[in-house]
Amino acid sequence: MAEIVDSFYQGVPSFDESQPPALSPEERSRLLSAFYPDYRPEGKATLKVGANKGMVVPQELANILESRSRIPAPRSLPDHPDHDVDILVIGGGGAGITAALFAAKEGRSVLLATKLRVGDSNTVMAEGGIQAALGEGDSPVEHFRDTFRGGHGENDPALLSVLVAEGPEMVEWLVSRGILFDRDMQGGLSLRKGGGTSRPRLISAKDYTGLELVRVLKEDLMNAPVEILEFSPAVELISGRDGSCVGAVLYDLDSRKNVYVKAKTVILSTGGAGRLHLGGFATSNHFGATADGLTMAYRMGLPLVHPESFQFHPTGVIFPSEMAGMLITEAVRGAGARMYNRHGRRFVNELETRDVVASAIIRECAEGRGVETPSGARGVFLDLVAIDRDSGEGTVAKRFPNIVKLMNRHHVDPTKRPILVYPTLHYQNGGIKSDARARTSVAGLLVAGEVSGGLHGTNRLMGNSLLELFVFGRRAALEAVALSRDRPAFSWKESTLSHIDRFESELLKFRPDQAFPMAPVLFPDYRRKDA
Amino acid sequence: METQENKTGPMVRVSINGREYHVPQGSTMVQAMWYTGHEVIHGIGCLGGVCGACATVYRMEGDFRLRNALACQTLVAEGMSFSMLDSYPIQRAHYDVAALTDPKEELFTFYPESATCRNCNACTEVCPQGIDVRDAVWRANFGDFKAVADLTMSCVMCGLCVSRCIAEMAPHEIALYARRAYGAKELPFPPNLRHRLDEIHGGAFSGELKRLEGLSPEELKKECEVKS
Repeated sequence: MAEIVDSFYQGVPSFDESQPPALSPEERSRLLSAFYPDYRPEGKATLKVGANKGMVVPQELANILESRSRIPAPRSLPDHPDHDVDILVIGGGGAGITAALFAAKEGRSVLLATKLRVGDSNTVMAEGGIQAALGEGDSPVEHFRDTFRGGHGENDPALLSVLVAEGPEMVEWLVSRGILFDRDMQGGLSLRKGGGTSRPRLISAKDYTGLELVRVLKEDLMNAPVEILEFSPAVELISGRDGSCVGAVLYDLDSRKNVYVKAKTVILSTGGAGRLHLGGFATSNHFGATADGLTMAYRMGLPLVHPESFQFHPTGVIFPSEMAGMLITEAVRGAGARMYNRHGRRFVNELETRDVVASAIIRECAEGRGVETPSGARGVFLDLVAIDRDSGEGTVAKRFPNIVKLMNRHHVDPTKRPILVYPTLHYQNGGIKSDARARTSVAGLLVAGEVSGGLHGTNRLMGNSLLELFVFGRRAALEAVALSRDRPAFSWKESTLSHIDRFESELLKFRPDQAFPMAPVLFPDYRRKDA
Repeated sequence: METQENKTGPMVRVSINGREYHVPQGSTMVQAMWYTGHEVIHGIGCLGGVCGACATVYRMEGDFRLRNALACQTLVAEGMSFSMLDSYPIQRAHYDVAALTDPKEELFTFYPESATCRNCNACTEVCPQGIDVRDAVWRANFGDFKAVADLTMSCVMCGLCVSRCIAEMAPHEIALYARRAYGAKELPFPPNLRHRLDEIHGGAFSGELKRLEGLSPEELKKECEVKS
């Protein structure tokens, strides 16, 4: 394979380092509307059923929202649940682990169910960092303003205010658990710059931030009084008599049997949607990111906020092709990496917000200024060589050891060769509507993490999603503790799956042939179709 | 590329779990499993080389040596035989990092086997991350937890080191313990974080945040200079 890589790199143009063109606010708007996938008309569908009826969303998302259950009709529940707990946490990524840890500390009985292993999530893959306004001249107020501006003013101010105000306390918690963030000369947490922020505000653990967080918190979870069911994704929520949520149906991937959980409170923290490959984009997401939480909640009648909004991270690897979708953190651009088209020209300020940078890359490739790979894909060059030149030899290796390691495995030494990149489907900006106490429109159902919506508006700033996991994971836990304590006892006999029946009968009005895809899909299927 | 294409390029002969197949050159081990119809659930996670789910053991034809790799990161080659090691059994210490009083001594309470390293270096040779695992174990034994942290920051907890250790310890768990103890007990609390927490607890920002929260959407957009 080394020969293919070498021959590709013989065609690299010489780079012209002159400043890229500056964008006026109008040009920025025009660039977004012409090239950002959220605003393009192709590949979209109008929802016909459910709380977001009438909204236009990506076709792949419509497919899993307007879908039929994995549990065939007629649907009934067994006489007794398999588990009966105070709090059921669905999802074992950063938000779920945090919620389970804080709930267990309050002495409630907690069951955490997850699709793969605990920690298999987008959290573990996060490279860049966590936003925490710790710098001199910075403050939670500046953090609020930057995030609101980055989110195009579509953020829910009540959620955002909580995020920025409680963020530093959650960082204190992480430090106290022994998480090793990078330090500055004074022993303070090192602050780095991310796109769209007015101050350096990112704390990180080299480019292993998510891995470091998950390794540590997973060990704490394994040592906490929490019952854990791995390889057991949730496939439906269960309704109570009053329309509340009273548990969930899990699917044991090994025994292929359903497992029924009765819970006084359910915390949904199932993460994002990258593995739906919206618009055919490659993704940086983990194998289980199929938006199962959205499917289950939508069936129960919960409204989604900004379901049309996704983050296409500008710099996913596109060559060598076996690495497609892998992320190169935005922190490299914060550190001085530059981007060039096939003519060796810079075409956008590398520190614009993610949506603007992604749109500019898509524009370059659509208008014939992209670099073609041997398999016919297109991308632009992301050059990290400038970082070492500006900040001293060895800077890239020291700050981004993971990128250096991963790229070198595939014969691209990023301290010598530019990386070919193209936007990769990275994050679900919207999600289930919730309030500052993590509550949804359904009693007994709370949400935390990427599955929730409203905090990020229609464009998330780097480092805010990790912060969200901890701030709202904890908030969901505290709310769940109170709810499960105060909720009057109820009988399993009142539990039903009738909300699914109602939803499917609505669907059938539009497709009497019943030709709906089944969801949650749980995993993408990459097996050869003609095998 | 994870998405399925009709690859027509050169093929290579591999053996997966003891059965022979022909798969496209340039596939990773995981992609080769998909290509041959395997449904991979145990042994798959991030597909990006950081979650440690896909530890794999393999041999090349004509070479007696047993090798290890992460299946999502390793390309197949002619004559390769491989099997995934979905999960390697380990014994994990039960402790609360905040409750440690003498972490360097307590290492031997939680992981007494760490002192039995026989210096064979197999752990270092097997590590897919290129970590000097043997050195890290010794540094942990000598109480140099900072060195352990520096040596093992890239550990993905795949457990391949455990599979080769003749002293039957779990070096990745020992390193995790040492790193956590170093972060929670040795490093001073970050002064910039302390300063900001004091300000927050003193209510320095709550008034301004309340005011922003209370603005109308239009006022707030103006105030935050929302451009588009």
